[in-house]
Amino acid sequence: MIRVVLPAHLRTLARVDGEVKLDVEGKVTQSSVLDALEARYPMLRGTIRDHVTQQRRAFIRFFACEQDLSHESPDAPLPEAVATGAEPFLIVGAMAGG
Amino acid sequence: MSKVRLLVGTRKGAFVLTSDGKRKHWDVSGPLFTGWEMYHLKGSPVDPNRIYASQTSGWFGQIIQRSSDGGKTWEQPGTKPGEPTTTPDGTPKGESNKFVYDTSPETGKPLTTHQWYDGTQRPWEFKRVWHLEPSLTDPDTVYAGVEDAALFRSTDGGQTWQELPGLREAKGNLWQPGAGGMCLHTIVQDPTHPERIFVAISAAGVFRTDDAGKTWRPVNRGLKSQYELPDADAEVGHCVHRIAMHPSRPNVLFMQKHWDVMRSDDAGGSWHEISGNLPTDFGFPIDVHAHEPDTIYVVPIKSDSEHIPPDGKLRVYRSRTGGNEWEPLTNGLPQRDCYVNVLRDAMAVDSLDSCGVYFGTTGGQVYGSADAGDSWTPIVRDLPAVLSVEVQTLP
Repeated sequence: MIRVVLPAHLRTLARVDGEVKLDVEGKVTQSSVLDALEARYPMLRGTIRDHVTQQRRAFIRFFACEQDLSHESPDAPLPEAVATGAEPFLIVGAMAGG
Repeated sequence: MSKVRLLVGTRKGAFVLTSDGKRKHWDVSGPLFTGWEMYHLKGSPVDPNRIYASQTSGWFGQIIQRSSDGGKTWEQPGTKPGEPTTTPDGTPKGESNKFVYDTSPETGKPLTTHQWYDGTQRPWEFKRVWHLEPSLTDPDTVYAGVEDAALFRSTDGGQTWQELPGLREAKGNLWQPGAGGMCLHTIVQDPTHPERIFVAISAAGVFRTDDAGKTWRPVNRGLKSQYELPDADAEVGHCVHRIAMHPSRPNVLFMQKHWDVMRSDDAGGSWHEISGNLPTDFGFPIDVHAHEPDTIYVVPIKSDSEHIPPDGKLRVYRSRTGGNEWEPLTNGLPQRDCYVNVLRDAMAVDSLDSCGVYFGTTGGQVYGSADAGDSWTPIVRDLPAVLSVEVQTLP
């Protein structure tokens, strides 16, 4: 079970409260977590990564286990604590005013 | 009794303002989509309960919202929570957010490039939807004007979007962004020729199709941009801010350009200046009275580098002669210390008798006039900066 924390605006779009819990088959990576997230909540497609290129949007960051994983390869394994559900995978809107 | 519904898009959400036909007392509801930039909301002329909205964010990109009950509830088209995430044919949902330029070999449209501010070429990159224009005849058909400038169409109520790529063939390599970005901001449908559509782009100009969007041609003859373009009379590249048409006279178009207020009497074939006695001919919105095709409204601001009303006085100017002769409308508008702007999509007219005129400001005020502009009252004063105002006249 993977725990994902969404920023407030995306929780509103997905109509969820609190953390999202996802089952991810196989290797737990940014890509596989986001694939599972978008499959469950298709309204989030395009809001975290580009529809076509699948690139992370410029003002989105990925944190977990007190690390910034934003620039890790999308196919690199996420920390074990995320894969086991001990720690959440945080999707964060960058601090950029607003 | 008739009712009026204003759809107001702001930098931090959307608001719906409603009144009866007297237009004296208003209910304000909102914010909807709080915290998001709501570039534009517009209702279908054939089904006023069907409203489309462009919800956008520098963080999270573009969302299309749709209401089927006059703005009470909203959904992303085709993406109800809890429903299967694919359609029966296996197509993934969540496509209503997806605006992808046409690069398909079938239509022979590789992704082209446009001019950047410094004159170099850049590929098109989708940023947001500026304007949504529902079809005059079908509530499920809607056009979207986007940045970087292109026109998209949905025929399934906003669930999926397809570009009309012929537009970018109209010398797209010479289009360039204005200060607000390279945006397609105006879409005007000809009610007498269903296959004729006009669009306006900053900074490219006006373009017309006569075959429902397959092919397009620039219609900018007569525009002069001596301070913005190396060739003042260029076929494309002009910073058109807004165009407007009265549906009873679709060959006549009015334009607020970067500088100059212009008029065409031949469906864009040629333009002539009608700035006349305006204190400045720079501005953004322009609109036409619902019942008098020669009565038009503009809001002059000081200059390209000073987007503020001249002398701190907020004045709408009205011409009842189709241009050239203008009168300031000041009754009820602040006439000192006012330095707000009115953006291009932030003025609208209702179709009651007498015609109501509405506009929103970057200071968060929405003003209304129930007497065609003779007098104004603030409907609401303290919204976030207003990006767009549309009005629906309801039975």
